[in-house]
Amino acid sequence: MSESGVVAEEAVKPPSVLRLLGIQQTFEFCRRKPLGAVGGFIVAVMILLALFADVATFIDPVSTNADQTLVAPNSTYLMGTDYLGRDIYSRIVYGTRISLTVGLLSTALGGVGGLIVGLVSGYLLGWVDLTIQRLIDIMQGLPRLVLALVMSAALGPSIQNVIIAVAVPLVPIAARIVRSSTLAVREMPFVEAARAAGMSEVRIAVLHVLPNTLAPFIVLVTAQLGSAILVEASLSFLGLGVPEPHPSWGRMLSESAAEYAQQAPWLVIFPGLAISAAVFGTNLLGDAMRDELDPRLKI
Amino acid sequence: MKTYIINRLLLMILTLFGMSVVIFVLLRLAPGNIVDILFDSAGYVDPYEKKVLEKELGLDQPVYIQYTRWMGALLSGDMGKSYRLEIPAWDVIKPRIPVSFELAMLALIFSIIFGIPPGVISAVKQDTTLDYVLRIISLSGLSMPSFWLGLLIILGFVYNTDLSPIYINAPTDFWGHVLLFGVPAASVGFRASALLMRLTRSSMLEVMRQDYIRTAKSKGLAENVINYRHALKNAILPVVTVIGIEAAFLVGGLVVTESVFNIPGVARFLVQAILWRDYPVVQNLVMFIAVIVVTVNLLTDLTYMWLDPRLQLSGSPS
Repeated sequence: MSESGVVAEEAVKPPSVLRLLGIQQTFEFCRRKPLGAVGGFIVAVMILLALFADVATFIDPVSTNADQTLVAPNSTYLMGTDYLGRDIYSRIVYGTRISLTVGLLSTALGGVGGLIVGLVSGYLLGWVDLTIQRLIDIMQGLPRLVLALVMSAALGPSIQNVIIAVAVPLVPIAARIVRSSTLAVREMPFVEAARAAGMSEVRIAVLHVLPNTLAPFIVLVTAQLGSAILVEASLSFLGLGVPEPHPSWGRMLSESAAEYAQQAPWLVIFPGLAISAAVFGTNLLGDAMRDELDPRLKI
Repeated sequence: MKTYIINRLLLMILTLFGMSVVIFVLLRLAPGNIVDILFDSAGYVDPYEKKVLEKELGLDQPVYIQYTRWMGALLSGDMGKSYRLEIPAWDVIKPRIPVSFELAMLALIFSIIFGIPPGVISAVKQDTTLDYVLRIISLSGLSMPSFWLGLLIILGFVYNTDLSPIYINAPTDFWGHVLLFGVPAASVGFRASALLMRLTRSSMLEVMRQDYIRTAKSKGLAENVINYRHALKNAILPVVTVIGIEAAFLVGGLVVTESVFNIPGVARFLVQAILWRDYPVVQNLVMFIAVIVVTVNLLTDLTYMWLDPRLQLSGSPS
């Protein structure tokens, strides 16, 4: 066989099954970014707990038991019970569902909203861009938690309204990032070439500009997931988040804080550890993804 | 420079006008109005009394008239009345302003002291054990909710000392202020210090790669001189911007911290007014917070221009 034949044969070697399933890339990522792997592991555990909460717990998270109030952690109640006799461990596991649902959906909603607004603003420019940027300035004029508080109060207590209240403050943040990328990409020669070929502006924006703005956007969205979980926990802590009977980590802290913390410190320790671990994991994963996708932003 | 300041002031007014519209609209998303809420909580509905109260509050007027009346009252210093407490809202807010201001300033000082020097050290000692430890501490600071940190601090005091950092009466001496304001300020400032540490580190690393730093090293200058007189001076500029933004957004942190430590500040009153659905007060308080945030952002921009001579020549920070 000729050399070129051997070279040609090696060049068209099909990818392995592991590579096709993304497993090989995952291992390579874990090797390059060990801290990111830790973050990914924490997020994976959270997802599994949320999906299989029924299997991971043995006690109903909302059932009360007057005979078992403020019980210290033991073999039956792994993280103790609260002032109503509810199992803390079950409430934390079921609370993972709430935190992940609100965190993921609000980040997705706010991210997609910001993506559309940023793309339109950065691509069309002119008075559209001017108007949108002023609206973004207005929305960013209030601290994120204050805006979420007011929205939550206005919309009323429900999971859907909490998702909206947490998502809306993310829109201007995402829009700014996407607009910045769009401004750079729209001047590139391939965009000019597409325009010269007669492609419509909408097709150019969606098929050519948008894919090239996604890297910093993905970094932002991953980083904001932790922030969304924190905002939801803060809203619930203040009594304006997810309503009863859904168990929420933030509300678990506010219910127990004043009266029972001294005699039952586990009421404060475990829910707080859950929130911190969730945010820590998403922050680690977000940092690693940023380093992979946009090394210029490395902190 | 003068043109830039005038433009920024005009933009500030425009932004505040826009925010007033957003706040006004947001609080009218809820079904019903304050009169419905008052009658609901009283447990009865008298249609005649309801109409009289709606007329007294101007709620029978079209929305744009209500907005104009609200803005007119606000601009003349009338912050409306708290229907829960039945006294002018300003009488409730005024004594709380210095309380929140003291807490915010202490939190900012804490975040600067515990954010910038560790950031410099972490950058200078990049990829050493000290660097990794500081980075993990900063990541923990960003991950821990400030209200949880506050609760843990209270637990620590209760278990280990006879002192309690929970606000019951106003402090009468210096150590009282340290306990009742310094401790909560540390709780709020820890997260901000973590952010400043990461940014200072990133900014220092970028500056330390510059040619003039290499020149300074080749000239044989001492490491401290290079790090602090040359590198930090240029690295601090983006950090100043973030300090300004953090100062403005400390209000978000104060909301939960004042609740945890029972501090009678503006942010805590905002939460109480929201829970009471005292919407006229909420509207005015949020606008008050918006004015503070926008003003601090303007002062930050002006400070940034003053620190960087290149911006004074060009006339704007961009």
